[in-house]
Amino acid sequence: MFSDQIFNYTTLAYFIAMVLFISFIATKSKNVGLGGNIAAWIGFGLNTLAIGWRWYESKSLGYGHAPLSNLYESVVFFAWSILLIYLLMDIKYKQRALGAFVMPFAVLGMAWAQMMPDHSKSIQPLVPALQSNWLTYHVITCFIGYAGFAIACGASIMYLIKVGKEEKSGGANTPAGGIMSMFPSTRILDDINYKAIMIGWPMLTLGIVTGAAWANYAWGTYWSWDPKETWSLIVWFIYAAFLHARFTRGWVGRKAAWLSIIGFGATLFCYLGVNLVLSGLHSYGGG
Amino acid sequence: MTTNKRSFLDALWDFCCSLKLTLFTLIMLAATSVIGTVIQQGRSPEEYLRVYGENTYRIFEKLGFFDMYHSWWFLGLLALFAVNLIACSIKRLPRVWKTVRNPVLAPDDGLYRTLSNMEEMVSKQSPESLRGKIAEYLKTNFAPARVTEADGKVHFYAEKMAWARFGVYVTHASILIVFIGAIIGNVFGYKAYVNIVEGTETSRVWKRGGSQPTPIDLGFTVRCDKFSVTYYEGTMRPKLYKSLITVIDNGVEVKKDREVIVNDPLKYKGIVFYQSSYGPAGDPSFVLSVTERATGQNQTYNLRQGQPGRLANGLPFRVANFAENFQNFGPAVRIEVMPPGEPVRAFTVLKNFPQFDAQRGDDFIFSLDDFQQLQYTGLQVAKDPGVWVVWIGCILMMVGSIIAFFMSHRRVWITLVPLDGGKTGIKLGAAAHRNQAAFEMYFDDFKKNLKQELNS
Ligand code: HEM
Repeated sequence: MFSDQIFNYTTLAYFIAMVLFISFIATKSKNVGLGGNIAAWIGFGLNTLAIGWRWYESKSLGYGHAPLSNLYESVVFFAWSILLIYLLMDIKYKQRALGAFVMPFAVLGMAWAQMMPDHSKSIQPLVPALQSNWLTYHVITCFIGYAGFAIACGASIMYLIKVGKEEKSGGANTPAGGIMSMFPSTRILDDINYKAIMIGWPMLTLGIVTGAAWANYAWGTYWSWDPKETWSLIVWFIYAAFLHARFTRGWVGRKAAWLSIIGFGATLFCYLGVNLVLSGLHSYGGG
Repeated sequence: MTTNKRSFLDALWDFCCSLKLTLFTLIMLAATSVIGTVIQQGRSPEEYLRVYGENTYRIFEKLGFFDMYHSWWFLGLLALFAVNLIACSIKRLPRVWKTVRNPVLAPDDGLYRTLSNMEEMVSKQSPESLRGKIAEYLKTNFAPARVTEADGKVHFYAEKMAWARFGVYVTHASILIVFIGAIIGNVFGYKAYVNIVEGTETSRVWKRGGSQPTPIDLGFTVRCDKFSVTYYEGTMRPKLYKSLITVIDNGVEVKKDREVIVNDPLKYKGIVFYQSSYGPAGDPSFVLSVTERATGQNQTYNLRQGQPGRLANGLPFRVANFAENFQNFGPAVRIEVMPPGEPVRAFTVLKNFPQFDAQRGDDFIFSLDDFQQLQYTGLQVAKDPGVWVVWIGCILMMVGSIIAFFMSHRRVWITLVPLDGGKTGIKLGAAAHRNQAAFEMYFDDFKKNLKQELNS
């Protein structure tokens, strides 16, 4: 399929972007950083095109559903969402080094998708349970939420590295030099962490609500404590705790960074672990 | 003694309002919820005994781990969550209400000192000439100001989005509304199921939960006229499960032949029917035609599965088995011919390939003309009068969160103090209840422009 080919180029573009962002930290060359940014935009464009093309291919096959219905499609959409939030953050903060810690998520996702066997990549018609527009709303909102958490996690990892280095080199008045000088300041990293969660959390809320609405419409219960639902709620609780700690107790810096990383771990388990490890209604695990 | 008691109650109240309790409940809910995703919920005791063994089973049973989301301690956590939300709102809301309804219109130096955005300057102009300019400036650049005069000073107060302060409370209330909706659904609603064989009707459904399903009278009758499954062409992948349902109320067919498919339920009098499963009901029956090769004579049989027939040469045969879709070749029957004293001769006949059996080379050529397999349709039945309350809660939660996160109550105070020689001291302060960093930048511009405006 042609869309598979565009997905290959997407992967390549993301990989180049990642390498350039890492080189940017090492070389401190503005142009390398700009190159990374351009590659990321090209990859994002290709990713968008590929998803659109796959949708078109599904229409040509007579099915016509949005490409959000199995593991393969969800992974490439996850990569797309990560880029979406990342590029928004880049427009706002213009911190190229962040790309070195965010692009790996997109690259890993895309590479994994490329390695899946052909039968997982093929466009399958939807079984009756999935024939609903709610599927589209539900998946889009959930994944944009997950993507926000991915960016927050990337920024938090950078934060911890930077803070650790600064403390070793003896206090705040000798800002970490060397490689670390390309990192955004700890204040900005902390802010990115927070802002990304502020985008991710309402989207996850909407994802849970649309999922509940769909479940109610499809089988008459908006909540059945199935493992996937429960895990999405666990993630929701963790980030709710993060936001409250932040709003009212001023939890910033280290503690916030760790909570964000833990939250993203739970997010990944919610997305993949539940399907691969536990059993339930959401069945892409078999893939 | 009384003070002791008093302080204990105070402490308890503070505890109920505290954010520590919020963080504790959120983390505990997250952590304990994991249990129910690892231990499968609502299985039979035999299954649990097999998996966990006697001792572990006993402990888990005591702790309610097999239905943990309804266990006393989990519901207790949810109750704590609700108490926390209510208490915190009771404590905070009056104060917030006051901030919004009765803002400080004539700030003193103390208030100015608490503001992180604050500026003082001196103008050569008199308070009277500045007054109009400042009012105009605030109106065009921020918001119309309220002006107060006291002790010869002139105070301006302007604010934007004061209502944003209520976003948090809308969100918190929305969670309680969702809880209320869930409770209404649990108390006044039910989840049930019913299996209806094609062509038959029922007015009773079976309630789930509890050790035994209990019957519930619908108060009307539901008939299944037909059930069908369609597959995507050339595959066994189901495309559509469809029941044709007729609802009869008081002898009147109020809904006739309504299609009920997955993701499109039928609703009548607050009771919703969802397509959920299906299966064969009773033995299928077949129309077979058998041609004698030698004479070309043809005979037709109407047989149920297992019912014996007799060929023209007197040998008995029967339909031993049936598949609706045999290896993707479509409907097929397994025929057994039973010559007395000899082994049974068995072979498969495909409905879609009537010529096929001739190749077997037997004296008799079988074909399957038609078959009838009655199906039952399995419907989930739900009545949930609380569901609308839940949706209202969800909508409020979204609206409230967006207000709480992204909208900020911004306030600006300006005080004019008359100085000697017709000069005026200008004090300028501002605050935002969210996103202070962005507001600081805004305030810097605001100051600069104001200075220019006043000097021009
Ligand atoms: C649905 C999402 C929620 C949002 C968007 C939210 C938002 C907020 C915000 C913005 C504050 C800060 C209030 C302020 O600055 O004055 C806050 C405080 C608080 N929240 Fe939430 N909250 C949510 C859910 C919850 C939940 C589930 C609880 C659980 C019990 C909770 C309990 C509290 C408490 C106790 C406070 C401190 C109250 C205070 O000191 O004013 N919130 N919340």
